[in-house]
Amino acid sequence: MAETRHRGAAVDIRAVTKTYGSFTALDDVSLRVEPGQFMTFLGPSGSGKTTTLNVIAGFTDLTRGEILIGDRSVGGLPAHKRNVGVVFQHYALFPHMTVTGNLAYPLKLRRVAAAERDRRVAAALDMVRLTDFAHRYPSELSGGQQQRVALARAMVFDPPLLLMDEPLGALDKKLREWLQLEIKRIHRELGTTFVYVTHDQEEALALSDRIAVFNKGRIEQVGSGSDLYDRPQTLFVGRFIGESTVLTGAHETRGQETAIRVGDEWVAAPGLAGEGRQALLVRPEKITLVREDAAADPALNQLSGRVGEAIYLGSGVKYEVTLADGSRGVVRMALTDRPFALGEPVRMRWRKEDARLLPDDGSSLAAQSGEEP
Amino acid sequence: MNLFTRLSIWLFCAAVAVWLVAPTLVIVPISFAQKKSLAFPPDGFSLQWYANLFQNPEWSRSIISSLKVAVIVAAVATIIGTVAALGLERMKARPAGLVRAILITPMIVPGVVMAIGIYAVYLDHQLVGTLTGYVLAHSMLAIPFVVIAVGASLSVFDARLETAAASLGASRLATFFTITLPLIAPGILSGLLFAFVTSFDEVIVALFINSPAMKTLPVQIYASMTRDSDPTVAAVGTLMFAATTIIIAAGLWFGTRRRRS
Repeated sequence: MAETRHRGAAVDIRAVTKTYGSFTALDDVSLRVEPGQFMTFLGPSGSGKTTTLNVIAGFTDLTRGEILIGDRSVGGLPAHKRNVGVVFQHYALFPHMTVTGNLAYPLKLRRVAAAERDRRVAAALDMVRLTDFAHRYPSELSGGQQQRVALARAMVFDPPLLLMDEPLGALDKKLREWLQLEIKRIHRELGTTFVYVTHDQEEALALSDRIAVFNKGRIEQVGSGSDLYDRPQTLFVGRFIGESTVLTGAHETRGQETAIRVGDEWVAAPGLAGEGRQALLVRPEKITLVREDAAADPALNQLSGRVGEAIYLGSGVKYEVTLADGSRGVVRMALTDRPFALGEPVRMRWRKEDARLLPDDGSSLAAQSGEEP
Repeated sequence: MNLFTRLSIWLFCAAVAVWLVAPTLVIVPISFAQKKSLAFPPDGFSLQWYANLFQNPEWSRSIISSLKVAVIVAAVATIIGTVAALGLERMKARPAGLVRAILITPMIVPGVVMAIGIYAVYLDHQLVGTLTGYVLAHSMLAIPFVVIAVGASLSVFDARLETAAASLGASRLATFFTITLPLIAPGILSGLLFAFVTSFDEVIVALFINSPAMKTLPVQIYASMTRDSDPTVAAVGTLMFAATTIIIAAGLWFGTRRRRS
């Protein structure tokens, strides 16, 4: 397959809306995926990421809007004419065909000559390293092997676009991590455009060139992993990607800074507040914990609290700090000689420019796990 | 479990088994009887009743009639029943339940009741004793078996495979013939066998709608029993028993073999 390396197709999603009765699954979504890019749709369940994938694949009709694959508008094109590879979470291998039969299936439909077919099946099996399993039936393979067969089957006909719907969702952690590396390698070798759906932010960060974060049928933000982690544009994105301390409360403008009140203390961040309630978001590795007797430093933000939980991570320790207003601070620190004890009064400190001022959109951890109605 | 308990369970099961098959097995020795009597146990041994069966044109005609009807019924009922089961699978739950109930009705309504209705209609339309008449009536009785057998296969069929086939370039029609059909084939095959046997065995409706021009085998057996009561009936019964056993055994064997893979 290495010799058939080609550039993938661009995908242009233009103002796509999908409604089911009164429920809006996709609300005016626009997004461009560049040729050869690894794009991940990330979001909680019910956020519209899988619907978007199904609309691209042609499994779901859209209510309004347009989708282009390459230069071609695919609106009126049924799924089987779109020439798009799809990998499903549930593998969807044909149980009455061997691995070879499954891989040859799309080639037979395209009337590829037998000799060429055998060559391409062998090449695809080689790519997923399953050559020895060519004559097995799917029921004789493990979950990871089945998903590699599904991946090989989705790319054996050289589609310019490969869609993957939570392909590793049913596998255990170790296998998932190894297959992530495999998928990354295959993406590099093929040069095909990949669109990958997941609700696992670590998986998204590990794989993607760009990530589109979905929430309630809309895209919150599109960007690289570090864009989303370091410069989230909404509180939802900041909370969904990685861990964070989120502080909310009354706010006031102080020169070029905005200060927020937490209990009896004030903390500030650069930037001017917009309309409505504001929130401050700080990443755990930006915060240092000090004991109460440490000397004050006016250049730093400082909040008092008590250690609520200490979690040993091997490479360091994660502390959860209960703050005066009951909210939860998250701090990640290197191992020290004198670790903080549970219940110990501490101060969290960070540089003002390490906090991000964002409008409070009411997002919560519960909403992100899809548990909110 | 002690020996006594095991032995008594074994004996009980054996008794039930004998009870279930004994009436059928009784006809086998009678069919080889020497005298023209249905007494059991029979005296002597002869093949004359088998010879009579194949020489008497009444018997061979009715066997051919029955086979002809059963083969056509199997085909008609299998096609209609399979298409119906596929449609039901795609319908919304409530209307599907209603349609399924209607399709199953012929299985539940007493045969005599149906036979009277069919006979009344057939008299008006000159369908009594015709091939069309037998096929129409028997197909109606056989369709429920196909709907149930194919429906059972479809309920374990993963419809997401059809989506996967579409993504690989298969049209709806290509998907049906390459994915759906092979995977529900065991259900269709057992439906086909049930349909065949339903028609081949059917006696109540056939008694009402038969004519001297066209009699099915069960009607001929019944007529022969009431008129001649010679062991030719037992010979027919033995052959039918053997044929049915082979067909059903083959069906079960195919069904379980395909399901395992």
